This record gives sequence, C-alpha cells and structure tokens, in this order.
Amino acid sequence: MGDVLVFAEHVKGKLPKTTLAAIEAGRQAASRIGGACHAVVLGKGVDALGTETASYGVRKVFVVDGDALEHYVADAYTEVLADVMKQKTIDLLVATSTAIGKDLLPRVAARLGAGMASDVVHFNEDGTLTRPMYAGNVIATVKLEGSPRVASIRATAFDAAKKEGAGEVEKLSISLDPAKGKAKFVAFNETKSDRPVLTEASIVVSGGRGLKNGENFTTYLEPLCEVLGAAMGASRAAVDAGFVPNDLQVGQTGKVVAPTLYIAVGISGAIQHLAGMKDSKTIVAVNKDPEAPIFQVADYGLVADLFKAVPELTEEVKKLKH
Amino acid sequence: MKILVPAKRVPDPNSTIKVKPDGSGIVTDGLKWVINPFDEIAIEEALRIKEKLGGGEVVLIGIGSKASSEQLRTGLAMGADRAILVVSEDALDSLGVARVLHKLVTDEKADVVLMGKQAIDADSNQAGQMLADLLSWPQATFASKVELAADQKSAQVTREVDGGLEVLSMPLPAVITADLRLNEPRYASLPGIMKARKKELKEIPIGDLGVDTTPRLKVLKMEPPLKRQGGRKVASVQELVQLLHSEAKVI
Ligand SMILES: Cc1cc2nc3c(=O)[nH]c(=O)nc-3n(C[C@H](O)[C@H](O)[C@H](O)COP(=O)(O)OP(=O)(O)OC[C@H]3O[C@@H](n4cnc5c(N)ncnc54)[C@H](O)[C@@H]3O)c2cc1C
Ligand SMILES: Nc1ncnc2c1ncn2[C@@H]1O[C@H](COP(=O)(O)O)[C@@H](O)[C@H]1O
Repeated sequence: MGDVLVFAEHVKGKLPKTTLAAIEAGRQAASRIGGACHAVVLGKGVDALGTETASYGVRKVFVVDGDALEHYVADAYTEVLADVMKQKTIDLLVATSTAIGKDLLPRVAARLGAGMASDVVHFNEDGTLTRPMYAGNVIATVKLEGSPRVASIRATAFDAAKKEGAGEVEKLSISLDPAKGKAKFVAFNETKSDRPVLTEASIVVSGGRGLKNGENFTTYLEPLCEVLGAAMGASRAAVDAGFVPNDLQVGQTGKVVAPTLYIAVGISGAIQHLAGMKDSKTIVAVNKDPEAPIFQVADYGLVADLFKAVPELTEEVKKLKH
Repeated sequence: MKILVPAKRVPDPNSTIKVKPDGSGIVTDGLKWVINPFDEIAIEEALRIKEKLGGGEVVLIGIGSKASSEQLRTGLAMGADRAILVVSEDALDSLGVARVLHKLVTDEKADVVLMGKQAIDADSNQAGQMLADLLSWPQATFASKVELAADQKSAQVTREVDGGLEVLSMPLPAVITADLRLNEPRYASLPGIMKARKKELKEIPIGDLGVDTTPRLKVLKMEPPLKRQGGRKVASVQELVQLLHSEAKVI
C-alpha cells in the first residue's frame, strides 16, 4: 500500500500528451497498489499549471514554484523531487521517458536508494511491470523490490488522462541552496518547426538515408507532411548525416512513436528503427528495394523510387481531401 | 586529467536476439559480443580529450563476467591506458552498477567520468545519472559536444534533448554520458592491438569492493514480442491511397 506521485512535465506552459499519459499510468499503478495518485509540478510561475494538472483525476497536486526551477536542471529538480517524495511518503514515482524524464528519474532514484524500471508499458495486477529490452526484441516482466520505487513510462503505451473532477492543489515551499546546483543552464537552441510535435501527432512521415540530403526532406517530405497534417520523423542515418535535426530521430535510442499512420520513406527498417515505430496502427513503407526489412512490418508496402512516388502520393492525398 | 570510462559487454547490435524457450534469458549461443556502442563513443571522446591536452590517463571499467576482458582489451587497443574488470557472474541493475562505479571513481580520484547514455541490452539509460548523484557531481547526459575550459576546471556540454539542443556549463568533476552524435569512434589499429596486450587489465572480484549490489530491479521473465502481420505490397500510389482511405481508414 502506498501512494503514487507523477512528475508532471510541462512544455511552454502546457501539459503535453506525454505528460497526460504519465498521469494515466500513475492512476493505473495506484489502482494496482491500492493507493492514491498524486502529481507534482515544478517550475517558475506554475500555479495555473498546478490547477490544470489537478483536473485530470489526481488526488493532490503539489506545486513547487521558484526562480531556481525556471529552467530544468537535474541537480535542483532532484533535490526538490526527492524532498517531496520523502515528505509525502510516496511509494512509486512515475514520469514519461522524455529527455527530461530520462535525465531526472534515475538521479532521484539514486538519491532515494530506489530501484528503477525504464520505459514501462504496463503495470500488472500482481504488482509486476512490463517493459521492453534489447530494442524491443524482448518483452520482460520485472519487479521492483523495496520502497520507494521509480518507473519511467513509455507514453505510447498509455492513453492520455481525461479531465475528471478537481484534485486539491497544495503549494510546498522547498528552499534550494542556489550555490549547490552545480550545473548551469546556458542556452536552448530550439529546432524551429511549424509541424506538429513528433510524439503528439496522429500521422508521422519519416525519411531515411534514401532521401539523400536535407533539401530533399524539404522538397519531397514537407509537402506530404503538410497535406496530411503530419509530424516529420527520421532514421538515425538521416540525422547522423545532418539532413534533419537530432530530435526527429525515431527508434531504440531516439523517440518512440505510435501514431495511427506511420509512413517510412527511404528507410531500410533496421531493428533499432523498428523499436521506435512498430506499435503504430498502420504502417506504410516506400522503398525501392523489395527486400528491405521495413516491408515485413508494413501493412502497405510500395516498392518504388521515392522521388517519383512521394510527389504522386502528395497529389493523390490532396485530391482525396478536396 | 584522469578520465574514467565504464564500458559494458553487450550483444552486437546487428545480431538477432532470441528468447530462450523457458523465458529465463536470451539465447547466447553463437552471439557476437561488442563494447556497448555508446561506451565506444565515450572511449573515443576520452581519447580525444587526452590527445588534445597532450596528457592524462584514460581508465576503462567493466563490470561483468571474465569474458568482458575481451571488450576491455578492444578499448585498450583503441588507446585507453589501463582497465579494471570488476568480476561478477550475476547481472547487476543500474543502481548496482552505479554503486560499484561510485566506489571505483572515488578510489581512483577521477576528474571526469565519460560513459554511454544507455546500454543497448537492458535499454535502461540510468547508470550515469545515478552515479552522478551518488558522487554529488553535476551531470550532462545525451552529450553531442563536450568542450573543456582551458584551465580544465569546467566543461560546457551540448545535449540532445526534446525540441532541440541544450547547452549546460558545469564545474568538474562531472559525469557526462554520450549520445550518438558526439563523435565517430576510431577502429583499433594493428599496433594498437599489439600494445594493448601489454597494458594493465586488473581483475577485482566484486565481493572485494564491499558494495551492496543486491538488485532492486529483478527480471522475472522474458518473452518475444508479438509479431506484426505485415508484408502486403501495393501496386501503385493510387491503390495505396485508396486502401489508406477505405480499408485502414486513416486518411
Ligand atoms: C547503438 C545504436 C543505436 C541506434 N539507434 C537508432 C535509432 O534510434 N533509430 C534509427 O533509425 N536507427 C538507429 N540505429 C541505426 C540503425 O541500425 C540503422 O543503421 C539506421 O536505422 C539506418 O537508417 P536508414 O534506414 O535511413 O538507412 P539505410 O539502412 O541506408 O537505408 C536506406 C534505404 O533507403 C532506400 N532507398 C534509397 N534510395 C531510395 C529511393 N530513391 N527510393 C526509395 N528508397 C530508396 C534503400 O533501399 C534503403 O532501404 C542505431 C544503431 C546503433 C548501433
Ligand atoms: N556492467 C557494466 N559495466 C560497465 N559499464 C556499465 C555496465 N552497465 C552499465 N554501464 C555503463 O552505464 C551506462 C548506462 O547503462 P544503463 O543504465 O544500463 O543503460 C552504459 O552505457 C555504460 O557506460
């Protein structure tokens, strides 16, 4: 018996879908453990976000507000989160495996001497957890011993929490020694894009090495993304070659997505790429090599030269939409 | 400057992983083993820092069965100076790994720990962050660029995060974990391989360290994933769009 605490990550003053999935996961975990699901919001000027978070079916939302929390930095956030965990005698800490979740949760776990499971996809009735290993080649049933415990979750495996009732908001004041946080935030060089966020979109169009260069992403993939309202993704090879920014990488060591439609263009389908998209509802592959492994997971495979097929595809979709 | 680089023995990322019928683990017969790719990147970065500074020491640390000495030798052949293998027949969880590393980093008085962001077997992505906290050091995970200050007292690290690149600065010592774009690791040269044979590779039984490594995370059972039913081909773009619209109903 114990309570669950969800770390509610926010982006530009909003709760992204990935955070709503963490809340849903926290609720699932709490119902298994037989405790309550709470959430915590950290940042500067986040009172309204606290209230917003409280509307997603959590018992309580703890809000810690302060200048030192304006930009996420692991040391300061660990300090505060570990403090909340202790003050509120939390049994299980949950957050999504975003860049921040991955950076923060293990550090908090170490602070508390807690075991941690990464990328959990299910909290089972018997208290065990399910998580992938070996780039998704293995689905493991694992157990976390002792209390407290920490679990990061894979957002694609949980629905987004829905608005439901109004939880209580409790402001906590935790003083941070500004001299203690050793790492300092210097800058954030944001990737500018008008496209939907990769982890939020219901359609994703990804390009691989077959695109040959960055301009071709703009000339060939952008228009297709545009007509479909899709987010753009990429393989590691395309990112390594500098065709597109790093945060578009889909895969074992990049982002995991599961949209209703995933279109892989000029991507061979290495296991590391499949690990990030094979739970998509419908998969389409466009590749000139009929033997490319991507076709084995594709619901619809088109063997074609992408430079001919993609503009045609864009036109056909346009026609359909009119 | 003394740089410690933990390096794990893992199955080659190009190999096919199969689960044993009894679910107790993966089939290891005929598997090829390599240095965890992210750790290889960390080794490369450590070597580049040493080369740039014109001095210092790069010490590799492996935790695992005696077979892990193979991967440590490969790291020595790349150019690392010496290696320590903490021999453990039982697999550790990331907290156990971090605790062992904490002890060694303290004993060795390292100035920087460079390691992989993630071991590609368990895919945990935890040990670096945990180690940083146990040491009360700052951390820079998912690094794509590491710049040391001229006085070697601080570092500026560019990190691959959601939505772009983040820059952090921190005093040393620190823990830095490597992402894919940090560098492209060198191959061990023939002279490198020859030299590596003579380099020190010290084995320490894990029991000698006096560190609690009882796993908090236990793997109870492994199963293969459900196989996706794919493989259908379409003849034309028109047919594809038709099917996406009327059959899959996704556009
Ligand atoms: C530690 C590690 C982590 C990794 N993590 C990831 C990860 O997170 N995500 C990831 O994606 N990869 C990852 N990889 C890399 C992965 O193993 C593959 O190398 C990579 O996915 C290949 O990218 P690609 O399919 O774009 O390139 P390629 O394998 O080179 O495939 C290009 C494809 O384009 C096709 N093509 C070429 N020209 C045309 C054309 N004109 N028309 C149509 N088709 C064309 C070719 O037939 C080919 O199939 C990782 C690897 C390692 C070792
Ligand atoms: N058994 C091990 N031996 C040496 N280093 C390890 C070991 N396990 C993990 N590491 C290091 O910790 C990093 C992160 O591992 P993990 O938390 O397991 O994903 C790896 O990239 C290695 O640098």
